[in-house]
Amino acid sequence: MTTTTTAAAAADSPAAPRPRRAGSGRRRPTLTMYTVLVLAWLLLPIAVMILFGFNDTGSKVNFTWQGFTVNWYRHLFAIPNLTSALVNSLTIALVVAVVATLLGTPIGLALGRHRFRGRGSVDLLMFAAIAAPEIALGAALLSLFIVMGVPRGYWTIVIAHVAFCIPYVAITVRARMAGHDPTLEEAARDLGAGPWAAFRLVTLPLLLPGVASGALLCFALSVDDYVITSFNAGRTVTFPLWVYSASRTGVPPQVNVMGTLIFTGGLIIAGANVLFSRRRVA
Amino acid sequence: MERTVRTDLPGLTRRRRRPGDALAPYLMILPGWLWLAAFFVTPVIVMVSLSLQTGNFIDGFRQTFHFGTYADVVRTYHVQLVRSLVYGAAATVACAVVGYPVAYWIAFRAGRHKSVFLFLLLLPFFVSFVIRTQSWNVVLADNGVLLGPLKDIGVLPADFHLLATPYAVIGGLTYNFLPFMVLPVYVALERVDPKVIEASTDLYASRTQTFLRVVLPLSLPGVFAGVLLTFVPACADYVNAGILGGPSTTMIGNIIQTEYFTNLDYPGASALSFVLMGALLLAVFTYARTLGTDEVLEAAAR
Repeated sequence: MTTTTTAAAAADSPAAPRPRRAGSGRRRPTLTMYTVLVLAWLLLPIAVMILFGFNDTGSKVNFTWQGFTVNWYRHLFAIPNLTSALVNSLTIALVVAVVATLLGTPIGLALGRHRFRGRGSVDLLMFAAIAAPEIALGAALLSLFIVMGVPRGYWTIVIAHVAFCIPYVAITVRARMAGHDPTLEEAARDLGAGPWAAFRLVTLPLLLPGVASGALLCFALSVDDYVITSFNAGRTVTFPLWVYSASRTGVPPQVNVMGTLIFTGGLIIAGANVLFSRRRVA
Repeated sequence: MERTVRTDLPGLTRRRRRPGDALAPYLMILPGWLWLAAFFVTPVIVMVSLSLQTGNFIDGFRQTFHFGTYADVVRTYHVQLVRSLVYGAAATVACAVVGYPVAYWIAFRAGRHKSVFLFLLLLPFFVSFVIRTQSWNVVLADNGVLLGPLKDIGVLPADFHLLATPYAVIGGLTYNFLPFMVLPVYVALERVDPKVIEASTDLYASRTQTFLRVVLPLSLPGVFAGVLLTFVPACADYVNAGILGGPSTTMIGNIIQTEYFTNLDYPGASALSFVLMGALLLAVFTYARTLGTDEVLEAAAR
């Protein structure tokens, strides 16, 4: 929230420079230039990815610019094991988003709404799961699976992803709860609604945006995860795993195209989210 | 659904507690908590137990509480351990130095377009982490987009390379974790009351003094949170070292992976993971203590 300063504030001391808030003059262009440069640096690899998806390279090696083509969009699924890796990633992410949202949402609700014994320890568990380095999570789970003799594969990836996604959903939902009035549900109960009806008709509609963004976050985290997946994948290959193993020899342009399509999809969803969200970003 | 029987009459009791209200939060937490207990807490305990076992992949492992494994792995891999902490710290400092001005500019100068710039900052997250890192591989390649032309005109010697150097790895880490620094700093700067800045300028403070003595101290909790969010994942990361690095820039994450999958030395690998966790916790706590606990609570409260 930026409050624009009134001119009256500076009126009593004419010598004092005006406070510099957004919109008050005297900008120094160096800092602006610098920010633009840093943002350009952040976005450069994305540009490279999109550009090299159109690179007319004859071989798999995609390091130098050879000319423009849309060939790779036509032959997107020409590499069977890359395609299956992408399918694995997307289906895992879908399952993870559903399961983690179902498990994480009630935790977020409980933390946001109720005071109860042990609340602090649940909070701490969420914090620890998010703050722990990914590799520790991945290695610990692998240790468990080794000791239990569980073969690693598709479902161990799902288990691992759900575990690291639950806290994110819980925190997203809890943040949503902070902005909503608990007396609304109270009122529904007073008007004769049972606890389930009160939840379904009052709480849930209020929560849905938070739940939806939690689920989207899960999907994105799951599709993107390399570290935890690599420890618990066994022979199953996901999209990031495939790209990583190909990075030594050269990544085929299809990877760039898939990355570009995922990027575009994410942008469309984010754009829709901004359009439909009732809370305007200040 | 059954209608709940109202045992209390509204107006007679001050606090309306319905039967089951006390139990509700526990029932809500239970499923997710069970999952985390089974697949987050238990694995950590199992990992500690595994690190105290002896044996080999062929004959199996037995619980012997052999603490020597810890000494062995630290002795063998202390170079990579220290290197991980150094690279992580370097990347964190680089993120703070590069990121603070950006956060400052977005908070104070972006005006109406603030949300646009925040969105640009988040844009990299729409692209797979591995692909973004791989893109640097293309940009920095020995005869790639950047170095190729420079070599052609003779500015750089033909054998000059950036890949497989510490610069490439630390640069990659800085690149990947920069938004995690900029966002909390931005949030902290956003919360600085404009009246305070006004007061400072009213009291004839110069721009520099206002920044150093008012804005910067007030934004430190944000920097603190940013450091935590950057340092821990940067030290533990091995994707950057794997894609942009070489044999001389191996980080502890790469070693842990090799120990598990190539050497099949599960006790050693578990011990190393635990040492890494311990080292990071120790570093974070030392840092928190020197900075004072207020900032920690601030950061944790978010």
